[in-house]
Amino acid sequence: MANLTKTEEETMLADAARGFLDNAAPVSHLRKQRDAGQTYDAALWKEMAAMGWTGILVPESAGGSDMGHAAAGVLATEMGKTLVSSPFLSSAVIAATALRQVTGERCAAALAAIASGDLTYALAIDEGNKFTPDATAMLAQRVGNGFRLNGTKIFVVDGGLADRILVLARTEDGMTLFDLPTEREGIYSNAQSMIDSRDAARIAFENVEATGDDVVGTVDDAMRVLKPALEAGQAALAAEMTGLAAGAFGMTVNYLKERKQFGVTIGNFQALQHRAAHLWCEIEVTASAVTNAGRLLDEDPDNATLAVSLAKARATDTAKLAVIEGVQMHGGIGMTDAYDMGFYMKRARVSAEWLGDYGYHAEQVARLRGF
Amino acid sequence: MASNSTDPDQFRAELRDWLEHNCPAEMRDGSSTDENMCWGGKNWVFQSDAQQIWLQRMAAKGLTVPTWPKAYGGAALDRTCEKIFHQEMGRINARPPLLSFGIWMLGPALLHFGTEEQKLHYLPPIARGEVRWCQGYSEPGAGSDLASVQTKCEDMGNHWLVNGQKVWTSYADKADWIFALVRTDRDAKKHLGISFVLIDMNSPGVTTRPIKLISGVSPFCETFFDDVTFPKEQVVGSINRGWDVAKYLLTHEREMISAGGQGLGGGRALGAVLADQSGGLTDATLRAAALKSEVDALAIGLTLERYKDQAEGGEGVGDASAMLKYVGTELNKQRHELLMSASGSDALEWDGEQGADPADWLRTKANSIEGGTSEVMLSIISRRVLRLGA
Repeated sequence: MANLTKTEEETMLADAARGFLDNAAPVSHLRKQRDAGQTYDAALWKEMAAMGWTGILVPESAGGSDMGHAAAGVLATEMGKTLVSSPFLSSAVIAATALRQVTGERCAAALAAIASGDLTYALAIDEGNKFTPDATAMLAQRVGNGFRLNGTKIFVVDGGLADRILVLARTEDGMTLFDLPTEREGIYSNAQSMIDSRDAARIAFENVEATGDDVVGTVDDAMRVLKPALEAGQAALAAEMTGLAAGAFGMTVNYLKERKQFGVTIGNFQALQHRAAHLWCEIEVTASAVTNAGRLLDEDPDNATLAVSLAKARATDTAKLAVIEGVQMHGGIGMTDAYDMGFYMKRARVSAEWLGDYGYHAEQVARLRGF
Repeated sequence: MASNSTDPDQFRAELRDWLEHNCPAEMRDGSSTDENMCWGGKNWVFQSDAQQIWLQRMAAKGLTVPTWPKAYGGAALDRTCEKIFHQEMGRINARPPLLSFGIWMLGPALLHFGTEEQKLHYLPPIARGEVRWCQGYSEPGAGSDLASVQTKCEDMGNHWLVNGQKVWTSYADKADWIFALVRTDRDAKKHLGISFVLIDMNSPGVTTRPIKLISGVSPFCETFFDDVTFPKEQVVGSINRGWDVAKYLLTHEREMISAGGQGLGGGRALGAVLADQSGGLTDATLRAAALKSEVDALAIGLTLERYKDQAEGGEGVGDASAMLKYVGTELNKQRHELLMSASGSDALEWDGEQGADPADWLRTKANSIEGGTSEVMLSIISRRVLRLGA
């Protein structure tokens, strides 16, 4: 069994990330971005690239730092604490993991562009209101040597501003993953106005032409490259959500120590103490599942499904509890837009749905535990 | 075999080979029911030759207390080898050779606070299963408020004199010795007048009376001390500073209770057990509850491992034991509710032939009370970890 304590390198990485993000991307940064009607900060992304974050899962041969999934989780956790808005998960985690499953110059070049931060990717997978890749209906019809794609993808996270998209479509004998530039003719992207103030798009594909070169991996065999990519994304998202829970929790505990009612700080009331302590327990338990998922993706990636789904299920549950308790224990001020807790609540809700909700991942656990 | 410098792969291979040759076939049924377990002690009657041989062989190797130093009867395994040990025991479904409050509770306290003489005197007989210990903590007026213990212990010059009553002394009627919290200074603040003492249960004036519980059995007792005398050196730690020892021991007790539940880590999935009992898990409401319980059980099991990984040299997990105890026992209670529900009316008979055992279900209700209630655990976390309430 993997050792679940943080390594020295991981502690250093977390400290360095925290130091940078507290300056460059506190929650007020997200607020400013939202107030300016933006969902993305290109300068921040460049800085992340300069620190090697965008190449954290890119092989060194393609210019990455290749530090692995546990390290990606460490970064995601720190980002979650202050709700850092960037395409880190979509591009540096999900797309990088998909592309590195395939050998060849084309994918190596794409990976290099991800690592340098010059290109960002998004994953276009959902068609309905729940994550169900198996139910993909979008068609990529064989036309001569190529394909013609028709259909609509929704909730394409980071898709509005991405340079390229990985899109899952049904082909003759299975499903195929395509790697397309968003400016390809016939691709129509509409930004969705998301509750978490981040980038997501509804993307229509109308007779979009693709060639064999645009296929990632093998035709009809998307899951060979997509499964590891989804698991990497789910684990990193679970890590981000654990950071989110810890961020909301930290704010709440500080508030309990400051806010006075009935002549004392409200942290003196046992009713609130016990709720806070319970929440702390939940966060600790979830953090173990998250670290375990990262470790397994690094050490035994073919057998990480249970660990990843466990982490995403727990993180979804815990982040929800953290933001509900966060608002409740803040009282009225927690309901105001001027206060940051609402940002945590809205991001927790979007994260809960992205890449599979509690029910989806609990069912994966059930399947693998013989229910 | 078995030393800190051993290469893990080599350790595993040698241990596997040794277990193969030394674990009797009867001890490989993975049983963990109370009636099949060996608790040792002076009055222990072995249920089979295999049980006796298994205990003796494991004790000779130091494997009843694998992480203790060799001088005190252990095998001095580091954390990596300890994990391997548990994996290899699990692989052949070996029964634990010995269950013991001496191992789980008193041992860690003695290792931390005991004098060298005390360690050499008390620990090896615990490791060999020769002396059985019980715990004298709670009193009729000292439950959650444990530090208000009133059992009076007076310094009589060349010995101690103790008078008072303990409750919830598990298996006191079967124990050879008791470790107890007694008041040695009635004038000091309540936490500063307590000593941690060791008393022979055969001493004149010690009596025990079993308490019948809602599960119909009597694992707990009342224990009375009437003018009991014992030697001066049988105090662990400093006189009047027994609360430090008591708290340290409690962290180990809580860790033990938290791990006592079902299904943490490698155990059978709750869903599979439920499906057996109810002829297929068809009830959607029950299935959803079982699923959540399974997710939580796996994550809590990982958390226990994580904290053990963090703890250095068997020092225990400290304040986090309150968290582990709280989440572990609440989970265990809920799992037994699910097992009972899945069994329906099958589980409503004492000693019924099918379904869950109602005595087990009732027993779990004590989990969130013994060793500190769930509410006390939450208060400890909020005070010591979160620093709430000035």
